Amino acid sequence: MAPTTAGRNSLQSSANPLRDLVHKRDFYAGGLMILLGLGIALKGATYRAGTLMHMGPGFLPTALGVILVLVGIAIAAVALGPTDSQEDQRILPEKPQWWAWLCILMSPVLFIFFGRYFGMAPGTFACVFIAALGDKNATWRGTFVLATVVTIFGVSLFSYFLQVPMPIFTWKGGL
Amino acid sequence: MISTALTDLWYGFGVALEPHNLLWCFVGVLVGNMVGVLPGMGPLATISILLPLTFGMKPVAAILMLGGVMYGAQYGGAICSILLNLPCHPPHAVTCLDGFPMTKQGRGGVALGLTVFASFVGASWGITEMIFLSPLLVRAALQFGPAEVCSLMLLGLLAGSTLARGSPLKGVAMTVVGLFLGSVGTDLETGSERYTFGMTELDDGIELIALALGLFGLAEFMSSVNQVAPINTRYTNVTFKDMRPTKQDLKQAFFPMWRGTIIGSLCALIPGTGPTIASFVAYATEKKISKHPERFGTGLIEGVVCPEAATHSSVQGDFIPTMSLGIPGDAVMALLLGALMIQGIVPGPQLISQHPDIFWGLVASFWIGNIMLVLLNVPLIGIWVKMLAIPYKYLYPSAMFFVCIGVYAANNDFFQVGEVVVIGMLGYVLLRLGFHPAPILLGFVLGPRFEENFRRAMLISRGDITVFVQRPISAVFVAMCAILIGSQIYFRLKGGKTPDLEPADESKPVEIPAQLAPHHAPATPAE
Repeated sequence: MAPTTAGRNSLQSSANPLRDLVHKRDFYAGGLMILLGLGIALKGATYRAGTLMHMGPGFLPTALGVILVLVGIAIAAVALGPTDSQEDQRILPEKPQWWAWLCILMSPVLFIFFGRYFGMAPGTFACVFIAALGDKNATWRGTFVLATVVTIFGVSLFSYFLQVPMPIFTWKGGL
Repeated sequence: MISTALTDLWYGFGVALEPHNLLWCFVGVLVGNMVGVLPGMGPLATISILLPLTFGMKPVAAILMLGGVMYGAQYGGAICSILLNLPCHPPHAVTCLDGFPMTKQGRGGVALGLTVFASFVGASWGITEMIFLSPLLVRAALQFGPAEVCSLMLLGLLAGSTLARGSPLKGVAMTVVGLFLGSVGTDLETGSERYTFGMTELDDGIELIALALGLFGLAEFMSSVNQVAPINTRYTNVTFKDMRPTKQDLKQAFFPMWRGTIIGSLCALIPGTGPTIASFVAYATEKKISKHPERFGTGLIEGVVCPEAATHSSVQGDFIPTMSLGIPGDAVMALLLGALMIQGIVPGPQLISQHPDIFWGLVASFWIGNIMLVLLNVPLIGIWVKMLAIPYKYLYPSAMFFVCIGVYAANNDFFQVGEVVVIGMLGYVLLRLGFHPAPILLGFVLGPRFEENFRRAMLISRGDITVFVQRPISAVFVAMCAILIGSQIYFRLKGGKTPDLEPADESKPVEIPAQLAPHHAPATPAE
């Protein structure tokens, strides 16, 4: 999702403010808002806008989209001016944690998959296991133990104590 | 009027002292206090994780508990700041400046003891303010038509987004995104679907819990994973005996404490200025009027009690607009309001008269909860500090499970767990681009009501948009919005940053994490 230019946004500055812009975080921040606003406004325009007196469902969202585009332009425009030298201009952190990010994002996905087809206990185990793998010092053993402990504790809390209606074990074969 | 307020308060104590309400209040402050100490878990994430658990409870017990989490966390945050020099929670960032030097001098216990005391005084003042001001505000607010409600919401949203941390423009952008997210789903008036892209699961809109946990759970974990520095617990051996202040300390702390309290309560009255701004302003003021400002930062008790009293006084005061007008001042308040709405309670000026048990029970529980916290803090500090030794690698995977099951339990729907993934990813991108996601929640909670009132106002005025400036009360709110925007532009052109946060970082060697992301604990080195 993050722009690829992020990797080389070192401190090199040139006389050309427009070229500088490529290295400024707010430029992308504004750009993202403009894109988002455009998307909202264009989609909103397909709904009935109505009149001011009898507003349709499309009125407010479209207006919000337009406002977001304007704010986005303002954010990007401010990036043209001099910025705080102290402020971090990197979009990616110093040490990108791709693996950890993937693990964290996969964790609910696995919870959904295993929870839906195999029940709460496998879902919990998979969810904690994959999330814990994201830590740079994770070991298979430690991760396994953590996932087991959380599963036992979590299932007893949510299934027995709080009565969340999700079977502990189930088998929905055929997927 | 005072007598009615006192009778109502008496009634409130009756509600709050019912055994199960008392129990949940206790659970709330205990959990809040614990999470307040833990870096990497904020009150926002905690309240959203606990939110699904409250569905089975009565509304009173639910709000008592969630409120308890919120102010309990404020007590815990101070411990973290003073003993560890970690500004876990933004309001306590300034407390580090003088709190940690005191700890290094071996007076950390005294700092903690006086902080607890000052917090209690600040909170009590805030609660008193709430008792007497809320009914007054309600009386005014009951006269409001849709146009007034609309402009008031606009003011609240603008203040919440521009006065918070970071760039005001980005704050406004986040609020607009929140308002938009609030409009996803079936349109209430026409019944047509908006932005659902054919997914029937989105008909009821985006789930509040999924949004909150995506932004403040998942996105936060993504930014803290493998980035959390080990915590230095060298100075954390504090015993009860250490916490007793000397007479000299008490004398020194007395007036700063009251000044902080007053500043905090004033900040609470301005919509959008939460505890963070209150504590920064309090510290700056205390430094300005001090006879020896150069000694601030070396471990002065004034520099600890003043911002802490301000924080607590403003935290309690923040409940005033939330409860009496239905307009939350910050994201935590928005979440609490969301919790009430899930319970089927409509926020707004009619809340106090329609649900007196909720309002007065909450007020009374504040006092009970604060007393509990004072008593709890003394013996528990040692235990909380030990909990800090739990490495993050165990903490966040366990929290991930609570996120997943919490969102699932909200509606027994796996689709909403998927929402968390998408929102979390987007939230992290926004964090990296320098946005603070808190105003999203504010916009999301207020969005549907804003749209409803806007439509109604337009219908009544027959499509005349000038109705907002023609009606006097509404015109005042619109004027305040204009002043707010004008002053932001003015300060921007003058070259300053946000005016409210500026005073604190003048000529200070220690970096004030004004733009600190909520839980970026390792911003200031531990030593």
